Amino acid sequence: MNKKTKYSAAGEVGDVRVRRTRWGRMKIILSKAPISAWFGMFVVACYAFVAVFAPLLAPFGEAEIFAKADLPWAWHDGNAKHFFGTDQIGRDTLSRLIYGARNTIGIALVTTCLSFLIGGSLGLIAAINRSWLDQFLSRGIDVLMSIPSLIFALMLLSIFGSSIPSLIMIIAVLDSTRVYRLTRSVAINVAIMDYVEAATLRGEGLEWIMRREILPNIMTPLVAEFGLRFSFVFLTIAALSFLGLGIQPPTADWGSMVRDGSRFIQFVAFDWTLALPSLLPAGAVALLTVAVNFVVDWFLHMTSGLRDEI
Amino acid sequence: MLPGDFGESVLGQQALPETVEAFRRELGLDKPAWQRYLSWVASVAQGDLGTSFSGRAASGNDNSRMVIDLVAPRLKNTLFLAGVTAAIAVPLSLFLGIMAALKRNSIYDRTVNAVTLTTISFPEFFLAYVLIVLMAKYFPTLANVTEDMLLGERLYKIALPSLTMTLVIIAHMMRMTRASIINLLSSPYVEMAQLKGVSKSKVILKHVMPNAWAPIATVIAFNLGYLVVGVVVVEVVFVYPGIGQLMVDSVSSRDIPVAQACALIFAATYILLNLLADIIGIVTNPRLLHPR
Repeated sequence: MNKKTKYSAAGEVGDVRVRRTRWGRMKIILSKAPISAWFGMFVVACYAFVAVFAPLLAPFGEAEIFAKADLPWAWHDGNAKHFFGTDQIGRDTLSRLIYGARNTIGIALVTTCLSFLIGGSLGLIAAINRSWLDQFLSRGIDVLMSIPSLIFALMLLSIFGSSIPSLIMIIAVLDSTRVYRLTRSVAINVAIMDYVEAATLRGEGLEWIMRREILPNIMTPLVAEFGLRFSFVFLTIAALSFLGLGIQPPTADWGSMVRDGSRFIQFVAFDWTLALPSLLPAGAVALLTVAVNFVVDWFLHMTSGLRDEI
Repeated sequence: MLPGDFGESVLGQQALPETVEAFRRELGLDKPAWQRYLSWVASVAQGDLGTSFSGRAASGNDNSRMVIDLVAPRLKNTLFLAGVTAAIAVPLSLFLGIMAALKRNSIYDRTVNAVTLTTISFPEFFLAYVLIVLMAKYFPTLANVTEDMLLGERLYKIALPSLTMTLVIIAHMMRMTRASIINLLSSPYVEMAQLKGVSKSKVILKHVMPNAWAPIATVIAFNLGYLVVGVVVVEVVFVYPGIGQLMVDSVSSRDIPVAQACALIFAATYILLNLLADIIGIVTNPRLLHPR
């Protein structure tokens, strides 16, 4: 096993007695990944790197204002001070893009985790305890889901006001409805298994049954759903910020950067570089969602043997 | 957006607490939330959407307008935009989807698939800006339509916004059409028809389509519902005077009566379209009437 570098079926049959390590299994799975999945993973890794090391990578501060605004690629004495220029009040666009990765992705990640915590635990409880509680939760969630989530989020933001905690809470609650539906529907099939009944008879509590009996068996669809939900939440937050109702300045964020850049958009017919301040952050959002979708697509394909209707 | 409510944001920081209190009492903001909500529901049931908060100034003169007067002309604009988009997108996506199902695994199929998979995951505003950069020379980037414009001029003005939304929903509809037709193509009665020598297009039109209508109608209705929601972002990009823009403005100025009215309209449209999809599904497939 240790001498082989490439995977072959004949080789695998040859040394059945060697148990593969977890790392070895992972390498085989990765070597079978299609090019789109590799692209997706590479892009996601790049974004994560930029988000974590933002202060080291950014040439200037997040809200540092320069006296003189610059166009993209304006060369002074042979070197561009602001590579992508500055925005309308003189903040370096490249630095704000880099800090924006940290803020936008961070908030989207927190929101997604929260919505899985809410939706997942309620879904598990409803699946185990099929009484009036299940009916009550499911009908309530039906009502929430019947209103388009962007409209609902706008409505709630007008009531609670726009701040980052209320943004996170509102989107997490609205999004947890989808997580609840999925968790409940997959957990119901597991909850009727004999070993769950055995655990109940043994006297295990609700928390044990949720966490140790059911959760490990429904992990795969939940992980795939996490990727999809993340890109959905990410898009919603970017859209709300773009509408001026999400993350507020001076925090750098891609949605509001698109909004700030859009005031130059009427002049694009004369000089296309004027679209860069809004096109760059919008492209950053688009690239990440495409990459996440590619990875999730591959993951679903691999884990469920799901042939997507081709 | 400002912290606090509408009273504080209109009267400014210098306002005395008593003034703010009086202003709130005039607007009815001093009552508890459930009481305000109940009276709102009661008046909506009687066809009264209330009066907008905005237009009231600190000086005391009252230029506020009825919500219905604000909403009605903009609703017409939004329905116009959505209607034009649907008129282009629905036939086009049905055609593309059927073609892709017929020429499965061909280069055409693969290209269309890859392109639509990518556009599905793009945010609307990214597509909008890419289109602006590419097409700014030919079409106006601001869709500021007015009441007295002629139809041709209106259509010219909304070319870019409707193109953006077409691209967004066409991907979804096309993929679903393709999937449902391919699903049916593998069923035994289609194989039977092929074996007895029916031509390919006839198989699709006569044997497959009648059974495919239910899923396709569902997809169309669902995407029209999506169109109503996606219109918010696109209207803001192109500064189109529609109901989505109105809702965003009213949310950022905390003009709750207008925001509530807009949300009510959006939600009602969405729910009605979904209901329509279910009804079409039952009409075209009577088996659904009898639960097993």
